[in-house]
Amino acid sequence: MVVNPQANFTTLRKLLVVAVAMFGFGFALVPFYKKICEVTGINNVLKADEITNTQIDAARWLTVEFDTNLRNDLPWTFRPLEKSVRFHPGELVQVTFEIRNNSDRAITGQAIPSYGPQLAARYFKKLECFCFTQQTLRPGEVRRMPVVFVIEKDLPQDVNTVTLSYSFFEVEGTAKKAG
Amino acid sequence: MDAAHAHGYGHGDHAHHPSGILRWIQTTNHKDIGTLYLWFSFSMFLVGGVLALMLRVELFQPGLQVWRPEFFNQLTTMHGLIMVFGAIMPAFVGFANWQIPMMIGAPDMAFARMNNWSFWLLPPAAILLVVSFFVPGGATAAGWTVYAPLSTQMGPGMDLAIFALHIMGASSIMGSINIITTILNMRAPGMTLMKMPLFVWTWLITAYLLIAVMPVLAGAITMILTDRHFGTNFFNAAGGGDPVMFQHIFWFFGHPEVYIMILPAFGIVSQIVPTFARKPLFGYSSMVYATSSIAILSFIVWAHHMFTVGMPATAQLFFMYATMLIAVPTGVKVFNWIATMWKGSMTFETPMLFACGFIFVFSMGGFTGLVLAITPVDIQLQDTYYVVAHFHYVLVAGSLFAIFGGVYYWIPKWTGYMYDETLGKWHFWLSMIFFNITFFPMHFSGLAGMPRRIPDYALQFADFNMISTVGAFGFGLSQLIFLWVVIKCIRGGQKAADQTWEGAEGLEWTLPSPAPYHTFETPPVVK
Ligand code: HEM
Ligand SMILES: [Cu+2]
Repeated sequence: MVVNPQANFTTLRKLLVVAVAMFGFGFALVPFYKKICEVTGINNVLKADEITNTQIDAARWLTVEFDTNLRNDLPWTFRPLEKSVRFHPGELVQVTFEIRNNSDRAITGQAIPSYGPQLAARYFKKLECFCFTQQTLRPGEVRRMPVVFVIEKDLPQDVNTVTLSYSFFEVEGTAKKAG
Repeated sequence: MDAAHAHGYGHGDHAHHPSGILRWIQTTNHKDIGTLYLWFSFSMFLVGGVLALMLRVELFQPGLQVWRPEFFNQLTTMHGLIMVFGAIMPAFVGFANWQIPMMIGAPDMAFARMNNWSFWLLPPAAILLVVSFFVPGGATAAGWTVYAPLSTQMGPGMDLAIFALHIMGASSIMGSINIITTILNMRAPGMTLMKMPLFVWTWLITAYLLIAVMPVLAGAITMILTDRHFGTNFFNAAGGGDPVMFQHIFWFFGHPEVYIMILPAFGIVSQIVPTFARKPLFGYSSMVYATSSIAILSFIVWAHHMFTVGMPATAQLFFMYATMLIAVPTGVKVFNWIATMWKGSMTFETPMLFACGFIFVFSMGGFTGLVLAITPVDIQLQDTYYVVAHFHYVLVAGSLFAIFGGVYYWIPKWTGYMYDETLGKWHFWLSMIFFNITFFPMHFSGLAGMPRRIPDYALQFADFNMISTVGAFGFGLSQLIFLWVVIKCIRGGQKAADQTWEGAEGLEWTLPSPAPYHTFETPPVVK
């Protein structure tokens, strides 16, 4: 007889272990991915940059415009104190943003920056930013936060205006913890 | 396919065999289950096809005329999901059920009851998908790749799709466990691994791929589900997650998945070509090794779907070369098929036509794949119709044509009757011609920059799209011929000989036609 149920169940068990292990592997990819990003320094929009070249190109002017957004009906107000700044590439610039919690509960938010044009991201170095940490606001609280940045002078010549756009997201599941 | 059950009632030990619908619900017979899988697949093929035609209607002319853009996106998504998980994959499992036991001399699949469950999981999943069109917000519109953050934001249709995928994934894993166990433990005496027909080999490797990657997909969509409802932040940038990570996890599943859809097709073609060339398969062992290396390589090329996410150049180069490497074993296969035909005494019955069509048109799809593998070129072509042309050349003219070829090849064994050869040939030629009318122009619209998954387009693409739409309707209607041939063949016709094809080799051809309900209860001995 070729059919041997015992042997079949042994094979079944082994294959099930593989399937379950691969399910776990899918989740193991998460820390693995984070580690790779960390080691290779990709995707570090939420970390302070270091600047190596501090030369200023006084002959060139750049404009940075600010854009602020709130996601998913986050009941806050979020604005830059100035709409735009003009400066030279390589110059250290400081600007201020303001957030206000208009609700009656404590809320934690996280800001995510993005840049237009996209390629400016490589030259836009943030030394200090409220986006490096989560921000928790008590009901009615107002907070002013500085952003310190440099745009490196290697920024391609055809780019004269860069938009720095922030979106504040509510960090779900932290509302209670924070309150 | 239906006629197979008429036999076997004579067996005394099956006196209590239920009849009518119950017989199909309770059946644990591999032939019944194979039939169920094939019919399920065909009906999903029709549903997915109707969705595709609805897409093509909108794309017939520039501008928005028939559907709202949101609904158009739902159509694209559902067309992809239903064709991949509902039509192509179950069709191959249907072949596996019918053929593997007969080809290795086993009486049935290893776990007959589990086999029944793996099939009956599929209809509920299909119903979930179809019903999701009618929930608030409609079906998921995130694309068959369900990329975050779209998929973490959509309405309840997305949840239904996630459940459907979970169920289909479970079904695939159960099916694969069954197939591997059957192949490893239940071969007839003398049937060594290296004597197995290639179809069995390709399924063995495919089943391993399925067990390795379906759970990863299950993990990815579970993460979407918890991101949506349970406050986790796997892909939510605000909470420290990363949507690009979804793409990595998805394609770690997704690329092996495309090979899951093509390896059994390679197997079917490797059965058909030697039969009609009347020569043994050229380079049998190199075929086995090529299949295995394709399977192994398929785990290290996934990021060729993500060349534009901003990877470091070293990673892009690695994935580019690894992808190109896959073309080598694939080329070995094409070479072997052609070498098998070389100086053979060939005849061109419908299965052989589909096999030759497969080799020709699949190779074109392989070449466009190579073009897309070149990183700088792909950065131009990503998300254009060029990609759509590529994967329809490998999936429709590849997987689907192989499925048609396989049905024509084995249906005389299943029903006991010959199919209508004239109609079969019409089906082949119309499919082949309309396929190319539909998809060949997409290379051009893609090269010219037409983006995929968009209901409207610039005027310059109008002619190409009009041609594609006409071709699509021709292709769709041609498939009704197939349905007609199959029904006709089930109802009767010229009696099929046991050895239906002169040049066919293998255990299944030693059985009577139609194959009795129970076969190889005493195993044959393979010399
Ligand atoms: C020589 C072999 C192949 C090569 C080099 C290759 C290469 C590629 C590349 C580079 C892409 C990404 C294009 C882009 O999104 O920009 C792609 C997409 C795709 N390929 Fe292939 N491919 C090959 C064979 C296959 C086979 C055999 C199948 C399935 C039967 C397949 C199915 C697909 C699918 C479905 C997509 C599109 C996925 C999506 O974005 O929706 N490919 N291929
Ligand atoms: Cu791929």
